[in-house]
Amino acid sequence: MIRRIETLHTMATTSAAPARRVGRRHPLATTALLVVGLLATGGAYALATTTATADTRAASAQLIEDGGKLFAANCASCHGINAEGTAAGPTLIGAGALAVDFQVGTGRMPMAASGPQAEIKPVQFTQEQIDAMAAWVADLAPGPAVPASRYIAGDGDTAIGAELFRINCAMCHNVAGAGGALTEGKWAPGLAGVDPVHVYGAMVTGPQNMPVFSDLNLTPQEKNDIITYLKYVDENPSVGGWDLGSLGPVSEGLFIWIFGLGALVGVTIWLTAKSN
Amino acid sequence: MAEAHDGVDSGETAGKAVAQQDDHSTPAPPVAVARLDRIENPGFPPERLRVTDLDPKKEKQAERAISALFFLSIVGSVLAVAAYILFPIDPLDPGSIRLNNMFLGIGLTLALLGVGIGAVHWSKALMHGHEQVEMRHPTRGVDETRERAVEIFSEANAESGFTRRRLVRNSLIGAIIATPIPAIALFRDLAPAEDPVALLKYTMWEAGTRLARDPSGTPIKASEVTIGSVFHVIPEGLAELESHRLEEKAKAAVLLMRLPVDALNETEDRASWSYDGIVAYSKICTHVGCPVALYEQQTHHLLCPCHQSQFDVANHCKVIFGPAARPLPQLPITVDEEGYLVAQSDFTEPVGPSFWERAL
Amino acid sequence: MRFTGWAANYVDERTSASTAVKSLGRKIFPDHWSFMLGEVALYSFIVILLSGTFLTFFFDPSMTEVIYEGSYVPLQGIPMSVAYHSSLDISFEIRGGLLMRQVHHWAALLFVAAIGLHMLRVFFTGAFRKPREFNWIVGFLLFVMAMALGFTGYSLPDDLLSGNGLRIIDGMIKAVPVAGAWISYLLFGDEFPGTDIIPRLYVLHIMLLPAITIALIGIHMVLLIVNKHTQFAAPGRTNDNVVGAPVLPAFAAKAGGFFFIVFGVIMLIASFFTINPIWNYGPYDPSPVSAGTQPDWYIGFADGALRLIPPNLDFVDPFGFTWAFGVLIPLVGLLIFIAAVALYPFFEAWVTGDRREHHIAERPRNAPVRTAIGAAGVTFYAALWAAASSDLIATHFRLTIEGVIHALQFATVVGPFIAYFITKRVCLALQRKDREIALHGFESGRVVRLPGGEYIEVHEQLDDFERWRLVSFDEYQPLMIRPNDDGKITVTQRVRASLSRWFFEDRIAPVTMNELETQKH
Repeated sequence: MIRRIETLHTMATTSAAPARRVGRRHPLATTALLVVGLLATGGAYALATTTATADTRAASAQLIEDGGKLFAANCASCHGINAEGTAAGPTLIGAGALAVDFQVGTGRMPMAASGPQAEIKPVQFTQEQIDAMAAWVADLAPGPAVPASRYIAGDGDTAIGAELFRINCAMCHNVAGAGGALTEGKWAPGLAGVDPVHVYGAMVTGPQNMPVFSDLNLTPQEKNDIITYLKYVDENPSVGGWDLGSLGPVSEGLFIWIFGLGALVGVTIWLTAKSN
Repeated sequence: MAEAHDGVDSGETAGKAVAQQDDHSTPAPPVAVARLDRIENPGFPPERLRVTDLDPKKEKQAERAISALFFLSIVGSVLAVAAYILFPIDPLDPGSIRLNNMFLGIGLTLALLGVGIGAVHWSKALMHGHEQVEMRHPTRGVDETRERAVEIFSEANAESGFTRRRLVRNSLIGAIIATPIPAIALFRDLAPAEDPVALLKYTMWEAGTRLARDPSGTPIKASEVTIGSVFHVIPEGLAELESHRLEEKAKAAVLLMRLPVDALNETEDRASWSYDGIVAYSKICTHVGCPVALYEQQTHHLLCPCHQSQFDVANHCKVIFGPAARPLPQLPITVDEEGYLVAQSDFTEPVGPSFWERAL
Repeated sequence: MRFTGWAANYVDERTSASTAVKSLGRKIFPDHWSFMLGEVALYSFIVILLSGTFLTFFFDPSMTEVIYEGSYVPLQGIPMSVAYHSSLDISFEIRGGLLMRQVHHWAALLFVAAIGLHMLRVFFTGAFRKPREFNWIVGFLLFVMAMALGFTGYSLPDDLLSGNGLRIIDGMIKAVPVAGAWISYLLFGDEFPGTDIIPRLYVLHIMLLPAITIALIGIHMVLLIVNKHTQFAAPGRTNDNVVGAPVLPAFAAKAGGFFFIVFGVIMLIASFFTINPIWNYGPYDPSPVSAGTQPDWYIGFADGALRLIPPNLDFVDPFGFTWAFGVLIPLVGLLIFIAAVALYPFFEAWVTGDRREHHIAERPRNAPVRTAIGAAGVTFYAALWAAASSDLIATHFRLTIEGVIHALQFATVVGPFIAYFITKRVCLALQRKDREIALHGFESGRVVRLPGGEYIEVHEQLDDFERWRLVSFDEYQPLMIRPNDDGKITVTQRVRASLSRWFFEDRIAPVTMNELETQKH
């Protein structure tokens, strides 16, 4: 059931979230990686990065190379051939796999036109391609990784999640996740139907003007709680009936004037008309 | 052609400025124009009968339709009661509330609209269709009545001596005016005895109070505040308050943000109020008190969602748009020995909306 | 039938009810759809009373803090006031509770909307003129009461949205010079938010304000019966009669039926459309806030006025006192606006000098300056109202909030003048068109070619009945200044005369018999 009006730019896709593979590659250790195996690299990675929530399987060299090619073809014109940044786009060194997964996975990137902010568009790449580019960017420098599935499962505490959402998120995204206005033509998008991994990704990476909600601000469990709340909102349409977009008194007022009073004025015209 | 026919000409056709015709009051100062050759009211047009007046079959049809509507209403009432019973609320299933709401409502709607539409249709189709005329009376009382009214008042005046006994009258008026005044005084204890102005000037923050997360109350270390992040902050201890928790929060809520140090334009006297690019500002909007809340990490702007006041964090939250009149008060912060962010003191000015005694 | 006779006798012997039946039973009420807008308001008020009574049996206004133990999962275990908890219980635990809540709130929105539309109808038809000036004031007070009832009502659940509304009111009160902080302290019984405000609003909402409103409605109805309703000009209708249907049975059936229809429409809307989903907002807390924080529509003009003020308007005077002009300007400005609305009948009566009774409802085009003033007022109100949803306008039409605010600032200041000008010219043009049709008839669509080659369109004359509507309006002329008894012309007189010129200088006169005869060669 449609729970809220989907604006033009809220066309998030859902993707089946397969197991992610990231890792830190020592420049001389290509062979060593293949020999030493997943556990060693996973342990080293867990120690070296700030995000202790990542799955610890190594990204294959092939994946990273594919990612690099995709990057060069689609992203380098704005972000630089080595992702060092240009006048048109910021550096992605340190942005991490999670940022790529969010930006490309929601269709915001590649950005089609400059404007107040990147718009959600149809996703241009398959999940494999996104993973490849993510692996390439993650390989550049340590950065936020895609979270473990237990933190995006949406099986946390709905009430805690709702409270955290009201305090940290509702002022931009609206209490029901219907979205809201920011300054100078920017906006916080609606959150209906957004994939949990993208919700998590946005919180951690703070895309564009969204603040960063690192794991030291909101713990991974708390992020899962927030995702649980959003899932509840998605799965439970309003008990009162159609919710008119969950935009509050403005849509209610418009509705009563146009449809309520309008209908009744129509009735009065019928009522006072001479019968034939 | 149109010009000449505006009809506003200078005097040919008896356009005398006189107030007259069908007025029931004394003539007014000249304004209304009376033309002696005004078109007359043609009276009632011939009556047009309805099909139900002319054709008994249509009449019967209308009767049946009206009764059907009333029966539909009865069905609706029954449906409403049935819905109440058949669609109970299951505490574990929010959808059951939706169904209860909808079906109960549909039943009631049917019940109401059935009666309403039926009654209106009855009136329109079957009740006497002729228009009837009733004459108006001047609203002004008839002269005799008015004279009698005046007489009554003067008799009452004579018997009581109201106008004559001036001391009596004036002291009465004084007494009537004075009586409600204690009632006003009675309302003083709507509020406690404290001076509200003094209360507005202080918050829960003092030197050494740790900054804590809202709502859990866990203190925040400077190292946990990364660039681009925003923390919603309350003083440590507020979450555990037994009473006055919301009242304290309504003054003490704070926003904590970290900017790159070179992005901050700090004045000399406030350079020590931040810590390594971490700044803390009152969350209570200086316009009319909503929580300012929206932080844009790239523009370093704070936006209040109520009336769209905008504050520039890089410049001590000065107002850059919207109706707010003063920058957000800044909370001076530093870190304690364990690395937790603490306030250096309370705010140095009252937080929140302006009030009369604010600057004193 | 025998029982009815016995019962009627029983009652009459104790109440003189037959007198009432005689005087009121066949009273005539004119029939026009626009005369029913007041009824929409009245009936939605009754719906509000009925649904509200139900709610009072379940709502508890206390602000004592409790932990939520109901069935709505996202709030379980959260601390909240008893008021909020009982509102949630009404919505989630009580069968029909949510329906009654929604009926109540939708009816309230409709109530104020109907009052507004009714007021506009009365204004634009000049139905506030003598002898109905008192009723205009009573109606104005009812409008204020309705807004107050609505505001106190939607603040009762103590949710985040209405709580922020109270916070805004508190901020506005604090800005009042000299006594602001004290008034706020007295109203809330403590520092904001305190624990007294919801119970106090509850008393206002279910007792004081409804009582005053019912009394005012009573006065409004009595005056309506005493003055009788106005009617539009039509054949057979004059300033001295009332033409229409008698109360019993036709008018009562329609009016009674209409009550059920209004109730039914509200019930239909409440069955299918959510209003005020308090569960989404959570309990009031001074820290969180939702994007898209607006009051109910009828408070929108005040919220919009607050948004349109430019920044940095605090002024600290030499004595050190703060004048918060950013808040005081909208506050005082809006008070002046609504005072102007309340006093308009007296202003127009003074300008026109017209002391006759008026029982014919005018067509708006026949009072061009009044209609244009009304249009300007509506434009001003509408610009402020739109400003209240500036952030939603920005997101939905892909604009910047700054751009929307600037555009509405312009619309509020310049818009009324533009609306005035356009409306006045449209009214005069419509009057000219009426004149044309009255004199020369209407175009029949038949085009005829004359022997000389000229094409003309055949005009068909109106019959007397059709023409009456077009020619039956009053013509007014500007006041002439005359010296008073002392031989002087006072300033007041001059002002009055120039206002009178403003009102009546540009005018179209109704077609007269002479013109009609002359034209009919």
